[in-house]
Amino acid sequence: MKAGDAVKHGVLLFASFLALVPTLFMISTALKSDEQYAVDKLGLPTMPVLDHFREVLVESPFLSWMLNSFILVAGAVVLSIVVSCLAAYAIARMEFKGRDSLLAITASLMAVPPIVMIVPLFVLYSRIGLISTYQGAILIYAGLITPFSVYLLTTFFRTVPRELFESARMDGAGDFTILTRIVLPLSAPALVTLLVVNSLYVWNDLLIAIIFLQDDAKRTLMAGISIFQGRYNNQVPLTMAGMVIASAPMLILYISFQKYFIRGLMAGAVK
Amino acid sequence: MNNRSRLVPYLYVAPLVLLLAFVFGYPLVRIFEFSFKMVRGINGPWIGLRNYELVLTQDVFWESVLHNVQLLLAIPAMVVISLLVSVLLYDRIAGWKLYRIIVFVPFVLAIPIIAVVMKRIFQFNGPVNEILRWLSLDFLALDWIGSSDVALWTVMILIIWRESALGIILFLARLLSLDEALIEAAKLEGANWWQRVRYIILPQMRGVIEFYSVVSVITILAAVFAYVFIMGGGRGGPGTSTMVVELYIFNALIRTSLPGIASAASVMLFLVSVALIFPLFRARRRANADEA
Repeated sequence: MKAGDAVKHGVLLFASFLALVPTLFMISTALKSDEQYAVDKLGLPTMPVLDHFREVLVESPFLSWMLNSFILVAGAVVLSIVVSCLAAYAIARMEFKGRDSLLAITASLMAVPPIVMIVPLFVLYSRIGLISTYQGAILIYAGLITPFSVYLLTTFFRTVPRELFESARMDGAGDFTILTRIVLPLSAPALVTLLVVNSLYVWNDLLIAIIFLQDDAKRTLMAGISIFQGRYNNQVPLTMAGMVIASAPMLILYISFQKYFIRGLMAGAVK
Repeated sequence: MNNRSRLVPYLYVAPLVLLLAFVFGYPLVRIFEFSFKMVRGINGPWIGLRNYELVLTQDVFWESVLHNVQLLLAIPAMVVISLLVSVLLYDRIAGWKLYRIIVFVPFVLAIPIIAVVMKRIFQFNGPVNEILRWLSLDFLALDWIGSSDVALWTVMILIIWRESALGIILFLARLLSLDEALIEAAKLEGANWWQRVRYIILPQMRGVIEFYSVVSVITILAAVFAYVFIMGGGRGGPGTSTMVVELYIFNALIRTSLPGIASAASVMLFLVSVALIFPLFRARRRANADEA
């Protein structure tokens, strides 16, 4: 190995170490006893204990928070994908008045910060009783992730060869059949990317969750974490066990689908 | 074309139009209206510019704006770190794919989670200070979270740490699309690593750097709520040292129930983000043109 390569490895190893520090710290600390953490903040756990994980799962509503987050992710992602597929198909493949402005407006909505929409929606939701309901929050999340989905799918649908459409139409297929039987199967990579990016966005969001889901029974994982960490402020190993559990689903998804994560988050950089 | 088939496209886009009209259209009209009203409950009387006067004469609003602006200082650091790491990854030394997976981890972890972890790592008697004391750098062992002089910089460290991951991946994608022949030619002419980076690679990165910078400006001005909410104990603390505009709006809406005030601040934030949409689109066009 050349000397130059050694330096490059050194820098990249250091960057990797920094990127992993919080993950390593939370795993190692979660396995320590309170007594060990009090005297030893940096070392590895000498006698790994799983009590903190048990405590988090049994004594705090972590699992029900996770279930709530899961319901929101599923609802918002499904709603948004259906809406986006229909619209992107029309924008990519049909001629109609206002098509280009619709796409331009949709794309520019990606840059509008979510906080701007909060006030009127909160006032409206308070009046019509949608605060702390799944359907109310799902609607907002679906709206926030849809502009990017439409943008990505339109770009993708345009790359489907024209001949495929024409031959399908010769065979008498209608638009809806063409969309579901030909375009969507060909768009699997784009759909997986959207699934991943949009799930991550909804799962990780804190702002909408603490404003629109205030009821204990509807609290999401991220909103729950902000309360959980305040309550157990001085019990660092217990808090870290909670963080390990909370980050596990996304880390596992990332490791299994990292190609889609990287591609999707790059494309969705605007958010 | 008959009438029925002329209607078909509109049926396909109707759900989109309805959804966007509800989540974006309705609120964007109403914040302007609310910002001129004294809203109690659902509505209230027109009061002209009083909400704006109130917001603009409040010290804590200006303090919040100042903090957002100070956080912009993170961007040069993010660009430099992202450039360094992405250029090194581009050399494709052994194991570069594994490095790539690892350096992207910060962007996958949820902000609330890493904020909770970082808060413990930077605690006054936490691991960071323990290491500093062990290195006899006691003067650097600050009260990272609890001191109002330092807390905002700690938030900035966290932002740099996480948002650089995005920069690395964006820059690397651009690098992988470069014309290799040019770089090979430079190598044959005897250009060393630094000369290749400086004169061949960097000039072709301008578009993507500009794009990433604009995206980061939007993020820092309008999407740092989760960072400060956790790090600042929900109140932008200690004191008001980590208050940002988003938290100001949140407080006005939820804690003091003044939707009019919250709307006036939202309108101003919206106008800033609209002003940034044009440079964003220009930068994206240019970045895409570079790649083509």
